[in-house]
Amino acid sequence: MLVLGIETSCDETAAAVVRDDRTILADVVLSQLDEHRPFGGVVPEIAARAHLDHLDRLVAEALRRSAVDLAALDAVAATAGPGLIGGIMVGVTTAKAIAAVAGKPFVAVNHLEGHALSARLSHGLEFPYLLLLVSGGHCQLLTVEGVGRYRRLGATIDDAAGEAFDKVAKMLDLGYPGGPAVQRAAAAGDTGRFALPRPMKGRPGCDFSFSGLKNAVRLLVAELGTLSDQDKADVAAAFQLAVAESVADRSGRAMGEFARDYAGPAHLVVAGGVAANTLLRQTLAAKAADCGFTLVAPPLALCTDNAAMIAWAGLERFRLGQSDGLDFAARPRWPLDPGAKRLRGAGVKA
Amino acid sequence: MKIVELSLADEAATLRLARQLAEAARPGDVLALEGDLGSGKTTLARAFIRALTTPEEEVPSPTFTLVQTYDCDIGMIWHFDLYRLNRPDDALELDIEEAFAEGVSLIEWPERLGAWLPAEALRVSLAAGAGAMERRARLAGGERWSKRLSEMFGG
Repeated sequence: MLVLGIETSCDETAAAVVRDDRTILADVVLSQLDEHRPFGGVVPEIAARAHLDHLDRLVAEALRRSAVDLAALDAVAATAGPGLIGGIMVGVTTAKAIAAVAGKPFVAVNHLEGHALSARLSHGLEFPYLLLLVSGGHCQLLTVEGVGRYRRLGATIDDAAGEAFDKVAKMLDLGYPGGPAVQRAAAAGDTGRFALPRPMKGRPGCDFSFSGLKNAVRLLVAELGTLSDQDKADVAAAFQLAVAESVADRSGRAMGEFARDYAGPAHLVVAGGVAANTLLRQTLAAKAADCGFTLVAPPLALCTDNAAMIAWAGLERFRLGQSDGLDFAARPRWPLDPGAKRLRGAGVKA
Repeated sequence: MKIVELSLADEAATLRLARQLAEAARPGDVLALEGDLGSGKTTLARAFIRALTTPEEEVPSPTFTLVQTYDCDIGMIWHFDLYRLNRPDDALELDIEEAFAEGVSLIEWPERLGAWLPAEALRVSLAAGAGAMERRARLAGGERWSKRLSEMFGG
């Protein structure tokens, strides 16, 4: 079974072809094509036009690299939400048009489901498992019980983890994107020089919060005044450790809940761009081992936004007999667990 | 131009200000929320949106998604965060014209809009105060806001 996947909901324009034996035949991401590095200063997520300008070529390139023609495809999948409506519509409309012309089924994919199922593409993981999704826009813990079956155990009540990295990088004048910049600076830093709070640590439930930590960094930076490179490194190191310990604490609680609900082998999957952070991975691996879990981290190319995970999620849905009509409307808001309890006194990135 | 300066002792004071502004809001209003990282812009916006929707409304930071919309009795609330915007013209992709014409707009990082920021916007500037939780707020509005500001804060 072969599925073409299209991703335009985020900063990336991407197209991929995957096969049901978990082979990625092609995964083409615009920013990784040489002639578009850097991408002319436009954030494609904002500019639907930018997606539109490049998507046809990316799809053609993905098919060429796969040595697959449209007739050989079994289905066409595209991210249909959540995200900015302009970008999503470019991908959805393109996928529908290809499906209509080639006479293939169209599958609408939730971007978050792409992340949620990516460990099944990379590792062939069986259901159920626990998922920690940490990215620029999302921070949540979910049990993944099956395709389309998710239960949210916790989510951030204010900022996402990746957003906190970006904003701290900005305060320290380290550049963008913030995740790699903070990690680089922290490598030369002393985690013991500054004490920062561990948001939510020890609290009941599995929710996250990063706004207070951001404020603590702001106050620390203001108190220091002019920052030397060593000051920046020490602040970055203290911040990174605070995030890692907070996320590990919350994940530990979720692992406890998961272990109560499900017997048998237990896996914690970490997905999303922030999963690239080495200290976070190490801290999570140690916490998982304490809890009797195995940490599973899909390769980075599958953690950041990509179309292979969208093609794969489409394939998973399609082989269960699911597809969508050409009248399927893009969904700017599309939580994985619509039944999740709303969190009082907080904003939640769902 | 009517200018009001306030000292907000703690987060509760920021929330009260947000609710006052929400009560006074009407369709077509644009509130430009200015201030550095961590100055309380999202906290104020969240309380404003909850005052016009439900107290439990989930109001995520829109930094990543750029804009989130909410339905309420006086129309659509548009919560923008333009932090990641590179060029003012990119904001047109976010349907700012529709938002400004019919909705109630809350805009974080409004300076990214350049000339697209409406002249009659209420400028709400937040800054750190003496204590860790204290904030200072400066509200500046033209004809569209001066009467309402006087009703809310006197003067």
